[in-house]
Amino acid sequence: MSIFEYNGSALVAMVGKNCLAIASDRRLGVQLQTVATDFQRIFMIHDKLFLALSALASDAQTLHQRLVFRHKLYHLREERDMKPETFASLVSAMLYEKRFGPYFCQPVIAGLGDDDKPFICTMESIGAKELAKDFVVAGTASESLYGACESMFKPDMEAEELFETISQALLSSVDRDCLSGWGGYVYIVTPTEVTERILKGRMD
Amino acid sequence: MECVFGMVGKGFALVVADSSAVNSILVHKSNEDKIMVLDSHKLMGASGEAGDRAQFTEYVQKNVALYHYRNNIPLTTKAAANFMRGELATALRKNPYMVNIMLAGYDEETGPSLYFIDYIATLHKVEKAAFGYGSYFALSMMDRHYHPNMTIDEAIKLADQCIEEIRSRLVVAPQNFIIKIVDQDGAREHSWRRTTKD
Repeated sequence: MSIFEYNGSALVAMVGKNCLAIASDRRLGVQLQTVATDFQRIFMIHDKLFLALSALASDAQTLHQRLVFRHKLYHLREERDMKPETFASLVSAMLYEKRFGPYFCQPVIAGLGDDDKPFICTMESIGAKELAKDFVVAGTASESLYGACESMFKPDMEAEELFETISQALLSSVDRDCLSGWGGYVYIVTPTEVTERILKGRMD
Repeated sequence: MECVFGMVGKGFALVVADSSAVNSILVHKSNEDKIMVLDSHKLMGASGEAGDRAQFTEYVQKNVALYHYRNNIPLTTKAAANFMRGELATALRKNPYMVNIMLAGYDEETGPSLYFIDYIATLHKVEKAAFGYGSYFALSMMDRHYHPNMTIDEAIKLADQCIEEIRSRLVVAPQNFIIKIVDQDGAREHSWRRTTKD
């Protein structure tokens, strides 16, 4: 089994009208065995920037700690938060540093940039950025997620409709993947607030 | 063939481990204590490669003690868990420790807690967890019978059910088990479950 499929994960981020949504599943497994059903893969870097890390949980935790450290230092020096585009470049550079001994993670970055313009991107484990205007996916359920998002996505959705769409896309995709699931976390980010919701899906 | 499992109850946390030291088909001893008492209110059940287990657990125990001497306050369970994860993660790409850890602790402010730490440094706070071949049986038993805020008697009864299941269904089941408990009075050995004397 590939190291990227060791723990199991499903991540998706979608852009709406002046808002964005980022969602993940909740399973932490060790190959076929489920260890926990409340594992967090989405981390808040600051209130308009979210980082989600798929694949190997250990590297996700290590990378998250290193990135929070770098962002805190940035904040101390620059006296402001990092823009999502800048943060994505930072993540990309950090991943490529380990080109010949990489972190086994696929990050998804979602944030509101200048003028609260939504920004999402994903990258593969050695830091090649993939910017998108609509949605990005990662994890063991990524193929199902591509299909579900492609069919359910509409541009310029408001926050509530975006929440419904991303939830349905996530739940229907993880139901076809044995390594991810057990519910979902969904974060809706608007210029004024961040809402976190927990989804209950098929618990298997 | 090593089994370690643990659970959190009302005001306490429990760790159970088998006590066999095995080399291929030979059982060297069956009273090996694999649950180390880290400090007054922490227990660390470890399973995996025997040499790594002994080295890593002693290393962590001494560092936890050092922190206490330097700073005059003990580490919280969460801090100790994160320290262990950091050590495992740093060693992972050089010379990995093949040790799985179940850390149980009691803190004044937060009460009892249990942390699952994989050999590849995955850290997660859990209510119940298990490692090894015995986990296939222990986890299922706990899924069925565990509920939050169990009393000590209920938890010991559940631990016994898990041990019974492991003994009857695992082809090379360990002979003896040790149960340790940590609550506000401290970390201590609770009892043994023996089928052979040693």
